[in-house]
Amino acid sequence: MSHKFFVWLCLLPLAVVTVAFFLLPMARLVVTGAEGPQGLAGYLAILTEPRYRATLINTVMLAAATTIVTLIVATIAGMFLQRHRFPGRAVLIAMLTFPLAFPGVVVGFLIILLAGRQGLIGDLSSRLFGERLVFAYSIYGLFLGYLYFSIPRVILTIMAAVQKLDVGLEEAARSLGASPWAVQRDVVMPALAPAFVASGAIAFATAMGAFGTAFTLATNIDVLPMLIYTEFTLAANFSTSAALSVGLGIITWFILAIARSFSGSAVAAAG
Amino acid sequence: MSTSAGHGAAVRIAACGKTFADGTRALEPATLDIDRGETLVLLGPSGCGKTTMLRIIAGLELPDTGGKVLFDGKDMTSVPIERRNVGMVFQSYALFPNMSVSDNIGYGLKIRGVPNEERAARVAELVALTNISGLENRRIDQLSGGQRQRVALARAVAIRPGILLLDEPLTALDAALRDRLRGELNRLLRALGITTIYVTHDQSEAMELGDRIVVMQKGTIAQIGSPREIYFAPKNRFVAEFIGAANIIEAPIEGGQLVLPGGRQPIGGDATVSAAVAMIRPETIRVVEAGSAPLSGLIDSVSFIGDRQRMVVSGVSGKLLTVDAPNAVVAKAGERVGLLISPDAVRLLPPES
Repeated sequence: MSHKFFVWLCLLPLAVVTVAFFLLPMARLVVTGAEGPQGLAGYLAILTEPRYRATLINTVMLAAATTIVTLIVATIAGMFLQRHRFPGRAVLIAMLTFPLAFPGVVVGFLIILLAGRQGLIGDLSSRLFGERLVFAYSIYGLFLGYLYFSIPRVILTIMAAVQKLDVGLEEAARSLGASPWAVQRDVVMPALAPAFVASGAIAFATAMGAFGTAFTLATNIDVLPMLIYTEFTLAANFSTSAALSVGLGIITWFILAIARSFSGSAVAAAG
Repeated sequence: MSTSAGHGAAVRIAACGKTFADGTRALEPATLDIDRGETLVLLGPSGCGKTTMLRIIAGLELPDTGGKVLFDGKDMTSVPIERRNVGMVFQSYALFPNMSVSDNIGYGLKIRGVPNEERAARVAELVALTNISGLENRRIDQLSGGQRQRVALARAVAIRPGILLLDEPLTALDAALRDRLRGELNRLLRALGITTIYVTHDQSEAMELGDRIVVMQKGTIAQIGSPREIYFAPKNRFVAEFIGAANIIEAPIEGGQLVLPGGRQPIGGDATVSAAVAMIRPETIRVVEAGSAPLSGLIDSVSFIGDRQRMVVSGVSGKLLTVDAPNAVVAKAGERVGLLISPDAVRLLPPES
């Protein structure tokens, strides 16, 4: 048995799994998407049909907002947690990772407890202003839920990246006259860019595709996963839900690819 | 460059100690004056407090209460590093990986708002001065260790700092390159003529580069002096043994002579004490015919190094005696030789150490 043959043999299980659980279902999904009354044009409907298009834009905006806010919050918090030692630090970090274990349903439940009809924010605002503030069942509630979901993941990645940061770089920049802001802008942020892309990609993809939270909060929030669900189970519209699924996958993948190439130079430089 | 000797700021460190948050005393309160344009070397083994002192001067560490750092008589103690106008070269070089070589060198000027044209001219000047022409557009990860060291130096000097601070700038390089760059660095520092504080654990680096050397030991200053003073007149046993090779001999004194198993050795200076710790440098001992010198001993081993040979002689003092003889002297292990030492070459050290 030649060495090459042996290597191919070892790759066989991987090939089988890839074909059976990835390529075949994907191919079937793509084909199903084109089997509706409109044929291949069913895919175009994602962009031309106003309801689908609005949902798509909604979803991308929500995912983008979640990613940006998550990155801002997690960078500041992660940097502080990595750079400072204080009593209770270990407990705090452990607590931050707590939500990692929650499924979307639980996150949705927490949002309802916070901003729902009987929620904490509503109680507080009705006592203060005489008006009950309720936003759990809207896209804002969903946004809050996704933040809650994404921040722990991103914080952990950022903390690891901050730990690897050479403090000498910051000291060198300061010795050359850089203000604290300039140090962040010219040294720290470029060095953290790869971590931003990696953790931001996860936050974005999660927010694009997460379903449990949206489903718990309300069935009429206009995001793509909800739309796919309603088309699939309520309208039994297989071809449209397949087309939307493929569309969701491609759009997410495409935006992540852009982000990666956009920060490509920074990633290479931070080598 | 249009620089002449006597540049930059004079530095005064007054009663600067440093105790870290966990209670470790890195530096006992020390006072030190550094002249304008002088190159001062902080020398000592790791953990002696030399880097802490450099970081206090830089403004990266605050001294303990009561300590003061003055530049040209102005109190800088609470001024942060970004407003001290110091150029600093780090052991790791700390070059910005997201910038090209010329952007690294020009960074301090950009921060200061120097116009593009002027900045480019200054960068070109430093590229030429540090011999890195042709590398301007390279990324940092495309440079060798020696090239990185030059870029780091160019970047520190570009802002025309009042004081240049170098933290073990050659330690990360291999031995051959280190020797070559040491000479180059020396010429450059002389040409710049700027006040320089240089931290190293390498005594030959300290000897070659320093106008004055501060030898440090366990957070205190053991001795301050010119390389010659430090070498020939060490104040204590630590300095004697840290700088160069030294034979340390403990012996009673009678009539101005050290009484040794291998004979009697006359000493210069204060001969009224009854016992002493004496230091004799290996190269000050002359190997002669047995019987023609007051001291004699048995050659234990001879190592031929090339420019000289190192002999280990037993039977002279209680311990083995190291002798550096010219390479022309013919001697073999097992032979008995006489040793001639000038009285001036015997340095008495305080007995406690």
